[in-house]
Amino acid sequence: MLAEFLQFLFSGLTVGATYALAALGFTLIYNASNVINFAQGEFIMLGGMLAVFFTMSGLPLPVALVLAIIVPAIIGVLVEKLAIEPVKGAETVTLIIITIGASLVIRGLVQVWLGKNTHSLPAFSGDEPIHILGATLLPQSLWVLGVTALVVIALWYFFSRTLQGKAMLATSFNRTAAELVGINTGWVLFMSFAMSAALGALGGILVTPITLTSYDVGIMLGLKGFVAAVVGGLGNGLGAVVGGLLVGILEAMGAGYISSSYKDAIPFVLILLILFFMPRGLFGGKSTDRV
Amino acid sequence: MKKSVFYGLYILIAILIVLPFFIPNAFYMDLVIRMAINAVIVLGLNLLIGFAGQISLGHAGFLGIGAYASAVLPTHFGWHPLLAMGAGAAVTGLLAALVARPIFKLKGHYLAMATLGLGIIINITIRNEGTWTGGPDGMPVPSLGLFGFDLTSDKHWYWVVALLLSISVWASLNLIDSPFGRALRALHGSEVASQVVGVDIVRYKVAIFVLSAVFASLMGSVTAHYVGFVTPNLADFFHSIELVTMVVIGGMASVYGSIVGAVLLTALPQALATFEGWETVAFGAILMLCMIFMPKGLVPTLAAKFGKGEQ
Repeated sequence: MLAEFLQFLFSGLTVGATYALAALGFTLIYNASNVINFAQGEFIMLGGMLAVFFTMSGLPLPVALVLAIIVPAIIGVLVEKLAIEPVKGAETVTLIIITIGASLVIRGLVQVWLGKNTHSLPAFSGDEPIHILGATLLPQSLWVLGVTALVVIALWYFFSRTLQGKAMLATSFNRTAAELVGINTGWVLFMSFAMSAALGALGGILVTPITLTSYDVGIMLGLKGFVAAVVGGLGNGLGAVVGGLLVGILEAMGAGYISSSYKDAIPFVLILLILFFMPRGLFGGKSTDRV
Repeated sequence: MKKSVFYGLYILIAILIVLPFFIPNAFYMDLVIRMAINAVIVLGLNLLIGFAGQISLGHAGFLGIGAYASAVLPTHFGWHPLLAMGAGAAVTGLLAALVARPIFKLKGHYLAMATLGLGIIINITIRNEGTWTGGPDGMPVPSLGLFGFDLTSDKHWYWVVALLLSISVWASLNLIDSPFGRALRALHGSEVASQVVGVDIVRYKVAIFVLSAVFASLMGSVTAHYVGFVTPNLADFFHSIELVTMVVIGGMASVYGSIVGAVLLTALPQALATFEGWETVAFGAILMLCMIFMPKGLVPTLAAKFGKGEQ
């Protein structure tokens, strides 16, 4: 009983960490620009696929991993410069379509360039499972959880202790006021896209040795990251992390105890319940609209 | 609104009447029929997106309910196809109302998320309930018998679909000009202002959402009977996106734009099929370029350019 429960909890936390990183990406971009970036999932896919590609082409693992984060970050910035900035102030529907277009282009290019096969990465520190109270934990899961925790701490430090981080926060509260006190909001937008693509890619790389990757894994991962961001209260960083872990755990528990074929439906049932009963999410504040 | 708006309808009917004489073969006939079916769905969706300013990312799910009602109920329970079609539409309407009521009390684009979730749940259910739906492989659909006469040939389907399209355009034009339509437009302009002058915004939004969902469900049934086979792809997220794209590319809040959007995007995959492997890239690039350079969509942009607005 306990062993089973722990097993589901471990696998839930592991995927949940990936959702949390994706949800943080959604949150960063949403705060900086009010755009819901439907291409976020493709950066998770890019991270995993590029890491596979770079290691296969003979680069040492650490170099391959760093490149697999930097390249998606550059692509994220390109998407912002070429497709989001030219339509500043457009309707939400327009922005959603543009990011969906971007996601199709990225997915299509990867499909043409790297093919439709499923790939894997070697685990960073072996496949010898760790036994805890009858449940097994892969060392790679520890990597996923550990790195995610480090990233969350680093982000917290960035936003609460550095001038750049505070500038980004200020912009998310009130863009005009931020501009008036001399914050370069163009730079803030640039940073948000770079950081959120990098976060997505990092999640994709970390989880690839466990869940495998292919050109089309981005859609579901992205949508679930989005669910996680809304569960936590869209725009709330802490909420995104808790939302991600919660979505991951509920998904794993549902798959284990209820039905594994309905596993993918669980986050979406969750989002409907949250919207009905706690529309601001778990951590979202009250908001008032100006007329 | 000027009466001239209805000239467009007369032109459309004239085109629909002469078109079959210019269709060279069955391939193009099939394409035209699918364009018309999509046009009706997009008209309904455009009422929601263009006039109520809300987006649905799960419309293919509603389409799927209609399609599978028409496939499952006659096959497994011996229902009459028309009854099955009606049942599908009724279930869709109820489901849409059930989801929309709490959602529309919220501000912002929560409907996008709720419909996204709903669409995916519907699709996963269709894929998993293989004993009833045939699972990922899909299932055949019995033909639609009307008044003792089986609808099977493409020619007959063409006239059925052309009639449906004409009725939908006529109904949409009237709806937009009715008090209901004016309330919707006011709502898109400013929710607070329309509330102040007494528009019950939640009720109107729910009504328009239910209406567009029922449109999709009915056309899902039509698609199922026309193609004679249904697969879960009909109800997947990508298809929802395609439908929204048709609205946005043709032009939000434009009745004729809906038709143009449906025609172009139904033809696009055919045109792109020659670039083997590059379809996804091309589809995505076209979406982005259209939105960046023509954010209002084709028809309103062209109409503004030639000085004749639709309204």
